[in-house]
Amino acid sequence: MAGATAPELARAAEAGGADIVEIGFPFSDPLADGPVIRRAAERALAEGMRTEECLQCLRDVRAAVSVPLVPMTYSSLLEAYGWERFDASTREAGASSLIVADLPIDVHPELKRVQLVAPTSEDDRIALAAEATDGWLYLVTVAGTTGARTELSPALAPLVQRTRALTDEPLYAGFGIATPEQAAAAADLADGVVVGSAALEAAENGPAALERFVAQLRAALD
Amino acid sequence: MRATTYGAYGGRYVPETLIPALDELERGWDEASSDPSFREELARLGKHYVGRPSPLYETHRFPPPGRRIVLKREDLNHTGAHKINNALGQILLATRLGKRRIVAETGAGQHGVATATVCARFGLECIVYMGSEDIRRQHPNVERMRLLGAEVRSVEFGTKTLKEATSEAIRDWIANVETTYYLIGSCVGPAPYPSIVRELQAVIGREARAQMLDIYDRLPDAVVACVGGGSNAIGLFAGFVDDAGVRLVGVEAAGAASLGSGRAAVLHGARSSVLADDDGQVLDAHSISAGLDYPGVGPEHAALRDSGRAVYVTATDDEALAAFHRLAETEGILPALEPAHALARALDLDAELVLVGLSGRGDKDLAEVLAR
Repeated sequence: MAGATAPELARAAEAGGADIVEIGFPFSDPLADGPVIRRAAERALAEGMRTEECLQCLRDVRAAVSVPLVPMTYSSLLEAYGWERFDASTREAGASSLIVADLPIDVHPELKRVQLVAPTSEDDRIALAAEATDGWLYLVTVAGTTGARTELSPALAPLVQRTRALTDEPLYAGFGIATPEQAAAAADLADGVVVGSAALEAAENGPAALERFVAQLRAALD
Repeated sequence: MRATTYGAYGGRYVPETLIPALDELERGWDEASSDPSFREELARLGKHYVGRPSPLYETHRFPPPGRRIVLKREDLNHTGAHKINNALGQILLATRLGKRRIVAETGAGQHGVATATVCARFGLECIVYMGSEDIRRQHPNVERMRLLGAEVRSVEFGTKTLKEATSEAIRDWIANVETTYYLIGSCVGPAPYPSIVRELQAVIGREARAQMLDIYDRLPDAVVACVGGGSNAIGLFAGFVDDAGVRLVGVEAAGAASLGSGRAAVLHGARSSVLADDDGQVLDAHSISAGLDYPGVGPEHAALRDSGRAVYVTATDDEALAAFHRLAETEGILPALEPAHALARALDLDAELVLVGLSGRGDKDLAEVLAR
């Protein structure tokens, strides 16, 4: 999540072995998010993290690490800032791509972004998403919001299978992946994993704790 | 084909996870609404269960001299508000779609009560999300929902009102989308919800127009309704929107004027006029009336505002309270605080014959009113 500590946390994630770092641009009403990310967004907004501040944060993180950076946010920020302008400004500030959690594939198709598909998605939507996506496809492992689950979703395997049959894009699985064991199991199916809420919780104990957590995930994948 | 957008408003701004469910909902609604047996069942239950048609009643001591104010008495419906029209129609749709678990959000509690009522009638599981602040100020409705067998889940974060309750209901729906029907309470949310709710509430305007012609042999000069999410207003306006000579006036709470003070933003799955800051962050609404205490509004209202076909004005908490007391003391009717906003503006409207949507009764608001 964007904020004063984001650069040092991004450095810790990179040192722990993260290949890509997502940076949340907080929204007041994040429908796709569970309690951990929602609370982090509330804190960030209370600290004054609005779009310009988030862009500056992105620049600061860009200066601190060399891994690709992907802002994750919601439509209302782009609506207010201007869709094209938001895209241009984030890329100018160092973003490699963008994730908009409440923007289905066929809305604002001109905005190049990482597309998400879910276990509920039908094959024609998956094909559309794969064609439109920017670099990799985000597989949402569960019908649900972000946040840790006790077990890896059984919906992931069939989703990977269906998606793989339709595209050669890299497939990264996220939502509900919290432990090294879950990450390893997900990576057996997909090409990579996205860990959000669990990483935010680790980061609450500081950069060293986040680096240890990411290193455990890295070790489980390698 | 039904509209998915209203001018530049509406649409579907939701996680991809929900798209198949919205497609299913749209197909299901198209089939149901063109199926005579569905329409007959809805009309039959509307008559015998809800008590439709609701009366038109002309006030006698309430209006200022020289004015006539006529009330469309949705407060006399079963469960005491217009919300039952929508809940009944959507529950018939949910059963057609084979869903056995219903989630809903509620602000004033009227939609929650209506949903709990129809779930009891059809034997379905019912979960209602409600902000903890609304649970406090609308407690009688919480008890009613529980007696009807619903589970009321308190939402303790953010504004602790309708905005957060709606977000939580949508999150529940995302997580349980295969088994669950989301029974939205107003003409908001992603397409096709705004048009489904409008069509189900249009019965108010259809009846009112026919009743006006029957009783007065003319149409009203103006039609006035309160606007939170805007379902009672859109239903009443639907009967008169094609009558160019009839003024349509929506009344928002002064502290929750999504149309009067809002800007284009995305909230709860649709682009509409929203109380939001320059960065698109949604602001807190403030109203004595829990049902109007919402920073968004149905996308069709935003389009009606832009086209000029309807005008939207505001009433303050104090003006609504004064109108509440005036209707109680002059007509023997306790209105809900939501339509009390419409009553307040109807009093000073420069029009001879005014029709006001009395969308609900005031029993739920007694504690709030007596505390003032």
